[in-house]
Amino acid sequence: MIERSFGSRLFAYAVLAAAILIVVFPIYYTLVASTHSLTTILRPPLPLTPGPNFWENYSTALFGGIGRIGGVGVERLLFNTFVMAMAIALGKIVISILSAYAIVFFRFPFRMVFFWLIFITLMLPVEVRILPTYKVMVDLGLIDTYTGLTLPLMASATATLLFRQFFMTIPGELVEAARLDGAGPWRFFKDILLPLSRTNIAALFVILFIYGWTQYLWPLLMTNRNDMGTVVIALRKMISFADADTQWHLVMVTCVLAILPPVLVVVLMQRWFVKGLVESEK
Amino acid sequence: MATLNLSAVRKLYPNGAEAVKGLTFDIADGQLCVLVGPSGCGKSTLLRMIAGLESVTEGEVRIDGARVNDIGPAERDIAMVFQNYALYPHMKVYDNMAYGLRNRGMGKGEIDTRVREAAARLELAHLLDRKPSELSGGQRQRVAMGRAIVRDPKVFLFDEPLSNLDAKLRGQMRVEIKNLQRSLGVTSVYVTHDQLEAMTLADVLVVMNAGEIEQIGAPLDVYEAPASTFVASFIGAPSMNLLPLASGAFAGVRGVPANAVTIGFRPEDAEVIVAAGASTSDLTLDAIVEAVEPVGAESFIYARAGGDRIILRVAGRTQAAPDDAWVIRVPAHKIHAFGTDGRRLQERM
Repeated sequence: MIERSFGSRLFAYAVLAAAILIVVFPIYYTLVASTHSLTTILRPPLPLTPGPNFWENYSTALFGGIGRIGGVGVERLLFNTFVMAMAIALGKIVISILSAYAIVFFRFPFRMVFFWLIFITLMLPVEVRILPTYKVMVDLGLIDTYTGLTLPLMASATATLLFRQFFMTIPGELVEAARLDGAGPWRFFKDILLPLSRTNIAALFVILFIYGWTQYLWPLLMTNRNDMGTVVIALRKMISFADADTQWHLVMVTCVLAILPPVLVVVLMQRWFVKGLVESEK
Repeated sequence: MATLNLSAVRKLYPNGAEAVKGLTFDIADGQLCVLVGPSGCGKSTLLRMIAGLESVTEGEVRIDGARVNDIGPAERDIAMVFQNYALYPHMKVYDNMAYGLRNRGMGKGEIDTRVREAAARLELAHLLDRKPSELSGGQRQRVAMGRAIVRDPKVFLFDEPLSNLDAKLRGQMRVEIKNLQRSLGVTSVYVTHDQLEAMTLADVLVVMNAGEIEQIGAPLDVYEAPASTFVASFIGAPSMNLLPLASGAFAGVRGVPANAVTIGFRPEDAEVIVAAGASTSDLTLDAIVEAVEPVGAESFIYARAGGDRIILRVAGRTQAAPDDAWVIRVPAHKIHAFGTDGRRLQERM
């Protein structure tokens, strides 16, 4: 029985409110700081209400180019990061759904060997294999290219396992019914497996998009040119050790802009999530 | 319209298990053949071999005279109804039925005609826009049958299609399947472990046990003259009373061959006489009533005769009460005799 007395509810709401405050306040403060001029930011205390420099700051950041990162505008950074996140998310989904399809529905020699090979790569994250991977990318001349940024991050054992688990729940009779209906491997994949995996794909997309968006180490190694940088790398470059050297108002603007796309993805895809969960409950 | 011939069909799994041990039988055009047996008897494997979902280790499967061993399931011109329906959950009822036709490259108009015709026949016309998750068990079952009908196949295969339904619906669907099969006149193979379904649906009943055929025949012939103790106990509910012939205990019962080791009689074939005085040609047993189950139209009497438990079926109600001592008489021509190997000893009655 859930306790419903006034006091306990008040307490619950107080805890929730405190939690929200802790989570939201830094984001709000970033937003506020992005609307003040550099001089206001550098002269404490920083006001708690938005300032007058919203348009000025944002247009400088987006279209004016930022000095410390070689005059590249944030819009270019956002584009790079978007391409990278999308390529990683979609690439991972395509590769892992295909490999899971092969492992679950086909009988071929050394099937389990391949499965374990994929499984074992879980123990080898990017950080562990970063030197050999970097060497390969350099030898292939892929530094400062989108291919170099995304390709090494695409293979995903986690996503393959997720799809494998899902595929294994599909009853054998459904597969046989499709065979009797004259659906070959490709038709079965396209007409039956893909539509059934929709919600799984949506869930994975959210996770992988954010994973791709927040990549730091790999883009740091792979990009030398400023116009190929990602927004996360650029943020790091924009901050100098000497406070006066850092254009904090532009840093704050970039922060806000960097947060927006992942938030948007989560908010938009969340409806899909819930719909998928409700449907599969039936 | 087609015949189905199996000759010496054998299934050996890689692990050495022999699921089907060289079976030969024919199903005539338009007949409904029911494969019945306990789980693990190989009946489903046999069906899946006919469907092409399992390879045939040895022997030949012929549909309409043509050998189909090496032809894929989609090209065999068969349709199958699965135990859990196997409907595509993301497709509407219409698309579920149309999918197989589309894959065959049939024209849209033709598909539409066929689907609507099948839907009308199965009373699904108002459900064509629903998804399977929005249907009841019986409706899903109908869609699964509709998917088979639209294909207009040479052979229907049913793999325990009614076992997921509740008892009332099962009875209803059983009649529908029978009517449908008769009106379409399509040769069919139906697998079940339910002897009641088997008895009521079959034109030809094939009783299987451990990968072998125990008996083939018309359902009532099988009921009246079971070929072995296995068939005798499997077909009929409650099952036949089987009594071991202890040394001379039942001696003198006429019509029972001398080499019989087991005799049996159907629960409904025994007559109850309270006082002794039966003729010597019949089997008489002294029995003590243990329990009585009145189910309305008939009553079941559980009794003990010497060391053996027997079940009797009497029409209507019964006066019997536990601990009553009765004499039970079984007419000589109702007695089944089985030899040491469990096979039937008498000719057909």
